[in-house]
Amino acid sequence: MTAPLLQVQQLDAMYGKTQVLHSIDFAIESGHITAVLGANGAGKTTTLRAISGMVKTRGKIILDGRQIDNRKTESITRMGVAHVPDNRGTFIDLTVEENLRMGAYVRRDRDRVAEDFDMVYGYFPKLAERRKQQAGTLSGGEQQMLAISRALMLRPKLLLLDEPSFGLAPLVVREIFAIMRRINEHEKVSMLLVEQNANLALDLAHHAYLLESGRVKMSGEASAIKSDESIRRSYLGY
Amino acid sequence: MQTLIHQIVAGLATGCIYASIALAISMVHQSTHQLNFAQGEMAMFSTFIAWALMQAGLSYFSAFALTVIVSFVLGMLIERFIIRPVGKTSQLSMVVVVIGLLLVCNSSAGWIWGYDVRPFPSPFPDDMRLLGGYVTAHEAGSFCITMAMLIALYLFFRFTPLGLAMRAAAQNPVSSRLVGVRVDLLFGVGWGLAAAIGAVAGITVAHVLFLDVNMMAGAVLYGFAAALVGGIDNPWGAIAGGFLIGVVENLLGAYVVGNDLKLTVALLIIVGVLTFKPAGIFGVQRVRRV
Repeated sequence: MTAPLLQVQQLDAMYGKTQVLHSIDFAIESGHITAVLGANGAGKTTTLRAISGMVKTRGKIILDGRQIDNRKTESITRMGVAHVPDNRGTFIDLTVEENLRMGAYVRRDRDRVAEDFDMVYGYFPKLAERRKQQAGTLSGGEQQMLAISRALMLRPKLLLLDEPSFGLAPLVVREIFAIMRRINEHEKVSMLLVEQNANLALDLAHHAYLLESGRVKMSGEASAIKSDESIRRSYLGY
Repeated sequence: MQTLIHQIVAGLATGCIYASIALAISMVHQSTHQLNFAQGEMAMFSTFIAWALMQAGLSYFSAFALTVIVSFVLGMLIERFIIRPVGKTSQLSMVVVVIGLLLVCNSSAGWIWGYDVRPFPSPFPDDMRLLGGYVTAHEAGSFCITMAMLIALYLFFRFTPLGLAMRAAAQNPVSSRLVGVRVDLLFGVGWGLAAAIGAVAGITVAHVLFLDVNMMAGAVLYGFAAALVGGIDNPWGAIAGGFLIGVVENLLGAYVVGNDLKLTVALLIIVGVLTFKPAGIFGVQRVRRV
Protein backbone atom coordinates (compact mmCIF):
# COMPACT_ATOMS: atom_id res chain seq x y z
CA MET A 1 0.00 0.00 0.00
CA THR A 2 1.28 3.45 -0.92
CA ALA A 3 1.48 6.31 1.59
CA PRO A 4 -1.68 8.37 1.81
CA LEU A 5 -1.84 11.77 0.08
CA LEU A 6 -2.71 13.59 3.28
CA GLN A 7 -2.02 12.45 6.81
CA VAL A 8 -3.35 14.26 9.82
CA GLN A 9 -1.94 13.26 13.20
CA GLN A 10 -3.13 14.37 16.63
CA LEU A 11 -4.45 17.61 15.27
CA ASP A 12 -5.76 20.23 17.69
CA ALA A 13 -7.29 23.47 16.45
CA MET A 14 -8.12 26.56 18.45
CA TYR A 15 -10.02 29.79 17.93
CA GLY A 16 -8.30 31.95 20.53
CA LYS A 17 -8.58 29.94 23.72
CA THR A 18 -11.46 27.78 22.57
CA GLN A 19 -10.29 24.40 21.37
CA VAL A 20 -12.45 23.08 18.56
CA LEU A 21 -10.58 19.98 17.37
CA HIS A 22 -9.22 17.49 19.89
CA SER A 23 -6.38 15.32 18.68
CA ILE A 24 -7.98 14.06 15.50
CA ASP A 25 -6.29 11.58 13.16
CA PHE A 26 -7.24 10.79 9.62
CA ALA A 27 -5.79 10.05 6.21
CA ILE A 28 -6.82 10.67 2.63
CA GLU A 29 -5.97 8.20 -0.12
CA SER A 30 -4.76 9.65 -3.37
CA GLY A 31 -7.50 9.83 -6.01
CA HIS A 32 -10.27 9.19 -3.53
CA ILE A 33 -13.12 11.28 -2.22
CA THR A 34 -13.15 11.41 1.55
CA ALA A 35 -16.12 12.82 3.40
CA VAL A 36 -16.19 14.44 6.82
CA LEU A 37 -19.63 14.20 8.39
CA GLY A 38 -21.08 15.52 11.59
CA ALA A 39 -23.62 17.85 13.12
CA ASN A 40 -23.40 21.63 13.30
CA GLY A 41 -20.41 22.66 15.40
CA ALA A 42 -18.72 19.27 15.24
CA GLY A 43 -15.61 20.86 13.73
CA LYS A 44 -16.02 19.99 10.05
CA THR A 45 -15.28 23.44 8.67
CA THR A 46 -12.49 23.88 11.21
CA THR A 47 -10.87 20.68 9.92
CA LEU A 48 -10.62 22.19 6.44
CA ARG A 49 -9.45 25.53 7.83
CA ALA A 50 -6.76 23.73 9.84
CA ILE A 51 -5.43 22.04 6.70
CA SER A 52 -5.35 25.41 4.90
CA GLY A 53 -3.58 27.11 7.77
CA MET A 54 -6.46 29.46 8.55
CA VAL A 55 -6.67 28.57 12.25
CA LYS A 56 -4.08 27.93 14.94
CA THR A 57 -3.18 24.26 15.18
CA ARG A 58 -1.03 21.76 17.04
CA GLY A 59 -0.11 18.37 15.62
CA LYS A 60 1.07 17.18 12.24
CA ILE A 61 -0.41 17.63 8.79
CA ILE A 62 1.58 15.90 6.06
CA LEU A 63 0.80 16.36 2.37
CA ASP A 64 2.64 14.08 -0.02
CA GLY A 65 5.46 13.58 2.48
CA ARG A 66 5.85 17.29 3.27
CA GLN A 67 4.77 18.79 6.54
CA ILE A 68 2.35 21.68 5.89
CA ASP A 69 1.12 22.60 9.37
CA ASN A 70 1.84 26.09 10.70
CA ARG A 71 2.52 27.55 7.30
CA LYS A 72 0.82 30.51 5.71
CA THR A 73 -2.39 29.83 3.82
CA GLU A 74 -0.91 31.10 0.55
CA SER A 75 2.11 28.79 0.89
CA ILE A 76 -0.13 25.78 1.50
CA THR A 77 -2.14 26.68 -1.61
CA ARG A 78 1.08 26.87 -3.58
CA MET A 79 1.87 23.32 -2.45
CA GLY A 80 -1.30 22.11 -4.15
CA VAL A 81 -4.21 22.44 -1.73
CA ALA A 82 -7.26 24.18 -3.22
CA HIS A 83 -9.97 25.20 -0.81
CA VAL A 84 -13.59 26.00 -1.70
CA PRO A 85 -14.69 27.89 1.43
CA ASP A 86 -18.16 27.73 2.96
CA ASN A 87 -19.16 31.17 1.62
CA ARG A 88 -17.85 30.15 -1.83
CA GLY A 89 -15.25 32.95 -1.79
CA THR A 90 -16.39 34.54 -5.04
CA PHE A 91 -14.61 37.69 -6.20
CA ILE A 92 -17.93 39.37 -6.88
CA ASP A 93 -16.65 42.43 -8.76
CA LEU A 94 -14.47 40.39 -11.10
CA THR A 95 -15.80 38.61 -14.14
CA VAL A 96 -16.23 34.84 -14.26
CA GLU A 97 -13.15 34.56 -16.43
CA GLU A 98 -11.08 36.74 -14.09
CA ASN A 99 -12.20 34.60 -11.15
CA LEU A 100 -10.89 31.55 -12.97
CA ARG A 101 -7.67 33.32 -13.88
CA MET A 102 -7.21 34.05 -10.16
CA GLY A 103 -7.57 30.32 -9.53
CA ALA A 104 -4.53 29.72 -11.73
CA TYR A 105 -2.66 32.73 -10.30
CA VAL A 106 0.31 30.75 -8.96
CA ARG A 107 0.77 28.60 -12.07
CA ARG A 108 3.43 29.43 -14.64
CA ASP A 109 2.55 26.77 -17.26
CA ARG A 110 0.47 29.03 -19.50
CA ASP A 111 -0.39 26.48 -22.17
CA ARG A 112 -1.78 24.05 -19.64
CA VAL A 113 -3.76 26.83 -17.98
CA ALA A 114 -5.41 27.57 -21.33
CA GLU A 115 -6.35 23.89 -21.61
CA ASP A 116 -7.76 23.93 -18.11
CA PHE A 117 -10.06 26.84 -19.00
CA ASP A 118 -11.55 24.54 -21.63
CA MET A 119 -11.69 21.71 -19.11
CA VAL A 120 -13.73 23.63 -16.52
CA TYR A 121 -15.95 25.20 -19.18
CA GLY A 122 -16.50 21.64 -20.39
CA TYR A 123 -17.70 20.49 -16.99
CA PHE A 124 -19.70 23.67 -16.36
CA PRO A 125 -20.98 25.00 -19.71
CA LYS A 126 -23.07 27.61 -17.90
CA LEU A 127 -19.90 29.35 -16.81
CA ALA A 128 -18.69 29.49 -20.40
CA GLU A 129 -21.86 31.36 -21.37
CA ARG A 130 -21.27 33.85 -18.59
CA ARG A 131 -17.52 34.25 -18.84
CA LYS A 132 -17.62 38.04 -19.31
CA GLN A 133 -20.28 38.57 -16.66
CA GLN A 134 -19.58 39.93 -13.17
CA ALA A 135 -19.42 36.98 -10.80
CA GLY A 136 -21.64 38.73 -8.25
CA THR A 137 -24.56 38.51 -10.68
CA LEU A 138 -24.47 34.70 -10.83
CA SER A 139 -27.04 32.56 -9.06
CA GLY A 140 -26.06 30.60 -5.96
CA GLY A 141 -25.63 27.37 -7.92
CA GLU A 142 -23.54 29.08 -10.58
CA GLN A 143 -21.35 30.68 -7.91
CA GLN A 144 -20.78 27.23 -6.40
CA MET A 145 -19.81 25.92 -9.85
CA LEU A 146 -17.48 28.90 -10.20
CA ALA A 147 -15.94 28.20 -6.79
CA ILE A 148 -15.22 24.57 -7.71
CA SER A 149 -13.87 25.62 -11.10
CA ARG A 150 -11.64 28.28 -9.56
CA ALA A 151 -10.20 25.65 -7.23
CA LEU A 152 -9.66 23.22 -10.13
CA MET A 153 -7.71 25.88 -12.04
CA LEU A 154 -4.92 25.36 -9.52
CA ARG A 155 -4.60 21.74 -10.72
CA PRO A 156 -4.60 20.82 -7.03
CA LYS A 157 -3.30 17.64 -5.45
CA LEU A 158 -6.09 17.95 -2.94
CA LEU A 159 -9.40 19.75 -3.27
CA LEU A 160 -11.13 20.81 -0.05
CA LEU A 161 -14.88 21.36 -0.41
CA ASP A 162 -16.84 23.01 2.37
CA GLU A 163 -20.56 22.18 2.11
CA PRO A 164 -20.99 22.57 -1.63
CA SER A 165 -24.71 21.81 -1.20
CA PHE A 166 -25.34 24.69 1.20
CA GLY A 167 -28.31 26.87 0.33
CA LEU A 168 -28.92 25.31 -3.08
CA ALA A 169 -32.04 23.72 -4.55
CA PRO A 170 -31.97 19.88 -4.49
CA LEU A 171 -31.94 19.67 -8.26
CA VAL A 172 -28.92 21.95 -8.53
CA VAL A 173 -27.15 20.01 -5.77
CA ARG A 174 -27.68 16.75 -7.62
CA GLU A 175 -26.27 18.29 -10.81
CA ILE A 176 -23.18 19.62 -9.04
CA PHE A 177 -22.52 16.35 -7.20
CA ALA A 178 -22.78 14.38 -10.42
CA ILE A 179 -20.21 16.67 -12.00
CA MET A 180 -17.94 16.36 -8.96
CA ARG A 181 -17.99 12.60 -9.39
CA ARG A 182 -17.00 12.94 -13.06
CA ILE A 183 -14.22 15.35 -12.14
CA ASN A 184 -12.89 12.89 -9.57
CA GLU A 185 -12.98 10.02 -12.06
CA HIS A 186 -11.56 11.82 -15.07
CA GLU A 187 -9.12 14.30 -13.54
CA LYS A 188 -8.06 12.04 -10.65
CA VAL A 189 -8.44 14.95 -8.21
CA SER A 190 -8.46 13.82 -4.58
CA MET A 191 -11.20 15.51 -2.60
CA LEU A 192 -11.98 16.13 1.04
CA LEU A 193 -15.67 16.88 1.29
CA VAL A 194 -17.40 18.39 4.29
CA GLU A 195 -21.16 17.91 4.28
CA GLN A 196 -24.16 18.18 6.55
CA ASN A 197 -26.16 16.19 4.08
CA ALA A 198 -24.75 12.77 5.00
CA ASN A 199 -26.82 10.82 2.50
CA LEU A 200 -25.52 12.86 -0.39
CA ALA A 201 -21.91 12.76 0.80
CA LEU A 202 -21.90 8.99 1.42
CA ASP A 203 -23.17 8.39 -2.12
CA LEU A 204 -20.25 10.30 -3.56
CA ALA A 205 -17.40 9.46 -1.19
CA HIS A 206 -15.19 6.39 -0.93
CA HIS A 207 -14.30 6.93 2.71
CA ALA A 208 -15.96 8.83 5.50
CA TYR A 209 -15.05 10.16 8.90
CA LEU A 210 -17.64 11.06 11.46
CA LEU A 211 -16.86 13.98 13.75
CA GLU A 212 -18.55 14.66 17.06
CA SER A 213 -17.56 17.61 19.27
CA GLY A 214 -14.18 17.88 17.61
CA ARG A 215 -13.25 14.21 17.87
CA VAL A 216 -13.28 11.43 15.29
CA LYS A 217 -16.15 9.22 16.34
CA MET A 218 -15.74 6.58 13.66
CA SER A 219 -14.48 6.03 10.16
CA GLY A 220 -14.73 3.54 7.37
CA GLU A 221 -15.86 2.79 3.85
CA ALA A 222 -18.68 5.11 2.84
CA SER A 223 -20.82 2.17 1.71
CA ALA A 224 -20.35 0.38 5.04
CA ILE A 225 -21.37 3.43 7.04
CA LYS A 226 -24.33 4.02 4.82
CA SER A 227 -25.63 0.50 5.31
CA ASP A 228 -25.08 0.40 9.07
CA GLU A 229 -28.44 1.30 10.46
CA SER A 230 -27.34 1.98 14.03
CA ILE A 231 -24.71 4.52 12.95
CA ARG A 232 -27.19 6.13 10.66
CA ARG A 233 -29.80 6.47 13.38
CA SER A 234 -27.54 7.69 16.15
CA TYR A 235 -25.19 9.98 14.30
CA LEU A 236 -26.55 10.89 10.93
CA GLY A 237 -30.17 11.32 11.91
CA TYR A 238 -32.07 9.90 8.99
CA MET B 1 -17.13 84.18 -20.68
CA GLN B 2 -13.41 84.35 -21.32
CA THR B 3 -12.63 84.32 -17.62
CA LEU B 4 -15.14 81.54 -17.02
CA ILE B 5 -13.38 79.29 -19.53
CA HIS B 6 -10.08 80.28 -18.04
CA GLN B 7 -11.27 79.39 -14.54
CA ILE B 8 -12.55 76.00 -15.69
CA VAL B 9 -9.31 75.16 -17.47
CA ALA B 10 -7.25 76.29 -14.49
CA GLY B 11 -9.57 74.20 -12.30
CA LEU B 12 -8.85 71.11 -14.39
CA ALA B 13 -5.14 71.77 -14.03
CA THR B 14 -5.28 71.91 -10.23
CA GLY B 15 -7.78 69.06 -10.42
CA CYS B 16 -4.91 66.87 -11.65
CA ILE B 17 -3.24 67.20 -8.27
CA TYR B 18 -6.41 66.52 -6.33
CA ALA B 19 -7.19 63.56 -8.56
CA SER B 20 -3.75 62.08 -7.97
CA ILE B 21 -3.92 62.57 -4.20
CA ALA B 22 -7.48 61.20 -4.14
CA LEU B 23 -6.37 58.19 -6.15
CA ALA B 24 -3.51 57.56 -3.73
CA ILE B 25 -5.87 57.83 -0.75
CA SER B 26 -8.35 55.50 -2.41
CA MET B 27 -5.67 52.91 -3.23
CA VAL B 28 -4.44 52.80 0.35
CA HIS B 29 -8.00 52.55 1.59
CA GLN B 30 -8.69 49.69 -0.79
CA SER B 31 -5.65 47.73 0.26
CA THR B 32 -5.39 48.22 4.00
CA HIS B 33 -8.63 50.08 4.86
CA GLN B 34 -6.97 53.12 6.35
CA LEU B 35 -7.38 56.78 5.61
CA ASN B 36 -3.82 57.86 5.04
CA PHE B 37 -3.83 61.41 6.38
CA ALA B 38 -0.09 61.45 5.77
CA GLN B 39 -0.51 61.09 1.99
CA GLY B 40 0.14 64.80 1.39
CA GLU B 41 3.18 64.95 3.66
CA MET B 42 4.60 61.82 2.03
CA ALA B 43 4.21 63.56 -1.34
CA MET B 44 5.91 66.68 0.04
CA PHE B 45 8.80 64.54 1.31
CA SER B 46 9.14 62.92 -2.13
CA THR B 47 9.20 66.36 -3.74
CA PHE B 48 12.09 67.34 -1.50
CA ILE B 49 13.93 64.19 -2.58
CA ALA B 50 13.46 65.24 -6.22
CA TRP B 51 14.71 68.73 -5.39
CA ALA B 52 17.76 67.35 -3.60
CA LEU B 53 18.54 65.10 -6.57
CA MET B 54 18.34 68.08 -8.92
CA GLN B 55 20.62 70.05 -6.60
CA ALA B 56 23.04 67.13 -6.87
CA GLY B 57 23.11 67.66 -10.61
CA LEU B 58 20.49 65.30 -12.04
CA SER B 59 18.25 66.51 -14.85
CA TYR B 60 14.56 67.20 -14.16
CA PHE B 61 13.29 63.97 -15.67
CA SER B 62 15.94 61.64 -14.26
CA ALA B 63 15.34 63.15 -10.81
CA PHE B 64 11.61 62.68 -11.46
CA ALA B 65 11.99 58.98 -12.37
CA LEU B 66 14.37 58.21 -9.53
CA THR B 67 12.10 59.93 -7.00
CA VAL B 68 9.10 57.91 -8.15
CA ILE B 69 11.06 54.68 -7.65
CA VAL B 70 12.43 55.73 -4.25
CA SER B 71 8.94 56.80 -3.13
CA PHE B 72 7.51 53.45 -4.18
CA VAL B 73 10.09 51.65 -2.05
CA LEU B 74 9.54 54.01 0.91
CA GLY B 75 5.77 53.45 0.66
CA MET B 76 6.29 49.68 0.77
CA LEU B 77 8.64 50.00 3.74
CA ILE B 78 6.12 52.18 5.63
CA GLU B 79 3.44 49.55 5.06
CA ARG B 80 5.73 46.70 6.11
CA PHE B 81 7.26 48.20 9.25
CA ILE B 82 4.70 50.72 10.52
CA ILE B 83 1.25 49.93 9.17
CA ARG B 84 1.21 46.13 9.16
CA PRO B 85 2.31 45.61 12.79
CA VAL B 86 -0.22 48.17 14.03
CA GLY B 87 -2.99 47.03 11.70
CA LYS B 88 -3.60 44.00 13.88
CA THR B 89 -4.64 46.19 16.83
CA SER B 90 -7.47 48.72 16.43
CA GLN B 91 -8.72 51.31 13.97
CA LEU B 92 -8.19 54.04 16.54
CA SER B 93 -4.52 53.26 17.13
CA MET B 94 -4.16 53.15 13.34
CA VAL B 95 -5.45 56.72 13.07
CA VAL B 96 -2.98 57.86 15.70
CA VAL B 97 -0.12 56.10 13.90
CA VAL B 98 -1.04 57.70 10.57
CA ILE B 99 -1.14 61.16 12.17
CA GLY B 100 2.22 60.38 13.74
CA LEU B 101 3.51 59.46 10.27
CA LEU B 102 2.27 62.84 9.02
CA LEU B 103 4.22 64.65 11.72
CA VAL B 104 7.35 62.57 11.19
CA CYS B 105 7.34 63.30 7.43
CA ASN B 106 6.79 67.00 8.09
CA SER B 107 9.44 67.41 10.78
CA SER B 108 12.07 65.24 9.17
CA ALA B 109 11.74 67.16 5.88
CA GLY B 110 12.19 70.38 7.87
CA TRP B 111 15.12 68.92 9.76
CA ILE B 112 16.89 67.70 6.62
CA TRP B 113 16.11 70.48 4.17
CA GLY B 114 15.02 73.43 6.34
CA TYR B 115 11.83 75.47 6.46
CA ASP B 116 12.55 77.95 3.67
CA VAL B 117 10.15 78.34 0.80
CA ARG B 118 12.03 77.43 -2.36
CA PRO B 119 11.30 77.81 -6.06
CA PHE B 120 10.94 74.51 -7.93
CA PRO B 121 11.87 74.19 -11.59
CA SER B 122 9.57 73.18 -14.41
CA PRO B 123 10.73 71.44 -17.58
CA PHE B 124 8.22 73.50 -19.57
CA PRO B 125 8.89 77.06 -20.75
CA ASP B 126 7.46 79.69 -18.40
CA ASP B 127 6.56 82.30 -20.97
CA MET B 128 4.58 80.03 -23.25
CA ARG B 129 0.80 79.89 -23.21
CA LEU B 130 -1.30 77.38 -25.12
CA LEU B 131 -4.88 76.97 -26.34
CA GLY B 132 -5.43 80.65 -27.05
CA GLY B 133 -3.66 81.75 -23.92
CA TYR B 134 -5.88 79.85 -21.49
CA VAL B 135 -3.22 77.54 -20.11
CA THR B 136 0.42 77.86 -19.29
CA ALA B 137 2.82 75.34 -20.75
CA HIS B 138 3.42 74.04 -17.25
CA GLU B 139 -0.29 73.41 -16.63
CA ALA B 140 -0.64 71.59 -19.94
CA GLY B 141 2.53 69.60 -19.29
CA SER B 142 1.41 68.60 -15.80
CA PHE B 143 -1.96 67.57 -17.18
CA CYS B 144 -0.29 65.34 -19.76
CA ILE B 145 2.02 63.78 -17.15
CA THR B 146 -0.94 63.03 -14.87
CA MET B 147 -2.95 61.58 -17.74
CA ALA B 148 -0.06 59.38 -18.83
CA MET B 149 0.24 58.10 -15.26
CA LEU B 150 -3.50 57.38 -15.01
CA ILE B 151 -3.52 55.52 -18.32
CA ALA B 152 -0.49 53.48 -17.26
CA LEU B 153 -2.24 52.59 -13.99
CA TYR B 154 -5.42 51.66 -15.84
CA LEU B 155 -3.50 49.34 -18.15
CA PHE B 156 -1.67 47.84 -15.18
CA PHE B 157 -4.86 47.05 -13.23
CA ARG B 158 -6.84 45.97 -16.26
CA PHE B 159 -4.39 43.80 -18.15
CA THR B 160 -1.60 42.44 -15.95
CA PRO B 161 -1.86 39.39 -13.66
CA LEU B 162 -0.42 41.43 -10.79
CA GLY B 163 -3.02 44.17 -11.33
CA LEU B 164 -5.80 41.58 -11.35
CA ALA B 165 -4.43 40.04 -8.16
CA MET B 166 -4.35 43.46 -6.49
CA ARG B 167 -8.00 44.05 -7.37
CA ALA B 168 -8.85 40.57 -6.06
CA ALA B 169 -6.89 41.07 -2.84
CA ALA B 170 -8.63 44.39 -2.17
CA GLN B 171 -12.03 42.79 -2.63
CA ASN B 172 -11.61 39.51 -0.87
CA PRO B 173 -8.32 38.95 0.96
CA VAL B 174 -9.34 35.58 2.43
CA SER B 175 -10.26 34.15 -0.95
CA SER B 176 -7.10 35.62 -2.45
CA ARG B 177 -4.93 33.77 0.08
CA LEU B 178 -6.82 30.58 -0.84
CA VAL B 179 -5.69 30.92 -4.46
CA GLY B 180 -2.11 31.54 -3.34
CA VAL B 181 -1.89 35.33 -3.55
CA ARG B 182 0.65 36.84 -1.13
CA VAL B 183 -1.89 39.37 0.08
CA ASP B 184 0.35 41.22 2.56
CA LEU B 185 2.95 41.80 -0.13
CA LEU B 186 0.33 43.21 -2.51
CA PHE B 187 -0.99 45.55 0.18
CA GLY B 188 2.57 46.80 0.43
CA VAL B 189 2.63 47.30 -3.34
CA GLY B 190 -0.61 49.31 -2.93
CA TRP B 191 1.11 51.61 -0.44
CA GLY B 192 4.14 51.85 -2.72
CA LEU B 193 2.00 52.83 -5.72
CA ALA B 194 0.14 55.41 -3.62
CA ALA B 195 3.44 56.95 -2.51
CA ALA B 196 4.67 57.00 -6.12
CA ILE B 197 1.46 58.68 -7.32
CA GLY B 198 1.85 61.25 -4.54
CA ALA B 199 5.41 61.90 -5.68
CA VAL B 200 4.24 62.63 -9.23
CA ALA B 201 1.59 65.02 -7.88
CA GLY B 202 4.06 66.77 -5.57
CA ILE B 203 6.72 67.24 -8.24
CA THR B 204 4.31 68.61 -10.83
CA VAL B 205 2.57 71.00 -8.43
CA ALA B 206 5.71 72.28 -6.67
CA HIS B 207 6.47 74.71 -9.49
CA VAL B 208 3.12 76.43 -8.81
CA LEU B 209 2.89 76.09 -5.02
CA PHE B 210 6.64 76.47 -4.33
CA LEU B 211 8.51 73.89 -2.32
CA ASP B 212 8.18 73.98 1.44
CA VAL B 213 7.25 71.56 4.22
CA ASN B 214 3.62 72.70 4.30
CA MET B 215 3.05 72.84 0.55
CA MET B 216 0.57 69.92 0.50
CA ALA B 217 -1.52 70.91 3.53
CA GLY B 218 -4.34 72.36 1.44
CA ALA B 219 -4.05 69.90 -1.45
CA VAL B 220 -4.48 66.88 0.80
CA LEU B 221 -7.71 68.29 2.19
CA TYR B 222 -9.04 68.74 -1.34
CA GLY B 223 -7.74 65.27 -2.12
CA PHE B 224 -9.82 63.83 0.72
CA ALA B 225 -12.85 65.78 -0.43
CA ALA B 226 -12.31 64.42 -3.95
CA ALA B 227 -11.93 60.83 -2.75
CA LEU B 228 -15.12 61.10 -0.72
CA VAL B 229 -17.07 62.75 -3.53
CA GLY B 230 -16.04 60.07 -5.98
CA GLY B 231 -16.44 57.22 -3.52
CA ILE B 232 -13.36 56.18 -1.63
CA ASP B 233 -13.58 52.56 -2.74
CA ASN B 234 -13.80 53.49 -6.39
CA PRO B 235 -10.41 54.73 -7.68
CA TRP B 236 -11.87 56.00 -10.96
CA GLY B 237 -14.56 57.85 -9.01
CA ALA B 238 -11.85 59.40 -6.86
CA ILE B 239 -10.08 60.67 -9.98
CA ALA B 240 -13.31 62.13 -11.40
CA GLY B 241 -13.95 63.66 -7.97
CA GLY B 242 -10.51 65.29 -8.11
CA PHE B 243 -11.21 67.07 -11.39
CA LEU B 244 -14.69 68.04 -10.20
CA ILE B 245 -13.36 69.53 -6.97
CA GLY B 246 -10.62 71.38 -8.88
CA VAL B 247 -13.17 73.09 -11.11
CA VAL B 248 -15.72 73.77 -8.34
CA GLU B 249 -13.02 75.19 -6.07
CA ASN B 250 -11.80 77.54 -8.77
CA LEU B 251 -15.26 78.73 -9.79
CA LEU B 252 -16.42 79.32 -6.23
CA GLY B 253 -13.13 81.02 -5.43
CA ALA B 254 -13.47 83.33 -8.42
CA TYR B 255 -17.17 84.14 -8.29
CA VAL B 256 -18.65 83.31 -4.89
CA VAL B 257 -16.56 83.01 -1.76
CA GLY B 258 -13.25 84.55 -2.81
CA ASN B 259 -9.78 83.14 -2.38
CA ASP B 260 -9.61 83.27 1.41
CA LEU B 261 -12.55 80.97 2.00
CA LYS B 262 -11.65 78.39 -0.66
CA LEU B 263 -10.48 75.78 1.82
CA THR B 264 -13.78 76.00 3.64
CA VAL B 265 -15.38 74.75 0.45
CA ALA B 266 -13.43 71.51 0.75
CA LEU B 267 -14.66 71.01 4.30
CA LEU B 268 -18.25 71.80 3.32
CA ILE B 269 -18.03 69.28 0.49
CA ILE B 270 -16.68 66.60 2.84
CA VAL B 271 -19.45 67.18 5.38
CA GLY B 272 -22.09 67.40 2.65
CA VAL B 273 -21.05 64.15 0.97
CA LEU B 274 -20.81 62.24 4.24
CA THR B 275 -24.29 63.46 5.20
CA PHE B 276 -26.19 62.98 1.97
CA LYS B 277 -24.30 60.40 -0.05
CA PRO B 278 -21.86 58.57 2.21
CA ALA B 279 -20.70 56.19 -0.52
CA GLY B 280 -19.87 59.08 -2.87
CA ILE B 281 -21.32 59.92 -6.27
CA PHE B 282 -19.69 57.00 -8.05
CA GLY B 283 -19.32 54.70 -5.07
CA VAL B 284 -21.38 51.61 -4.54
CA GLN B 285 -23.29 51.30 -1.32
CA ARG B 286 -22.68 47.73 -0.26
CA VAL B 287 -25.40 45.99 1.62
CA ARG B 288 -23.83 43.70 4.14
CA ARG B 289 -25.56 40.51 5.17
CA VAL B 290 -25.75 40.00 8.89
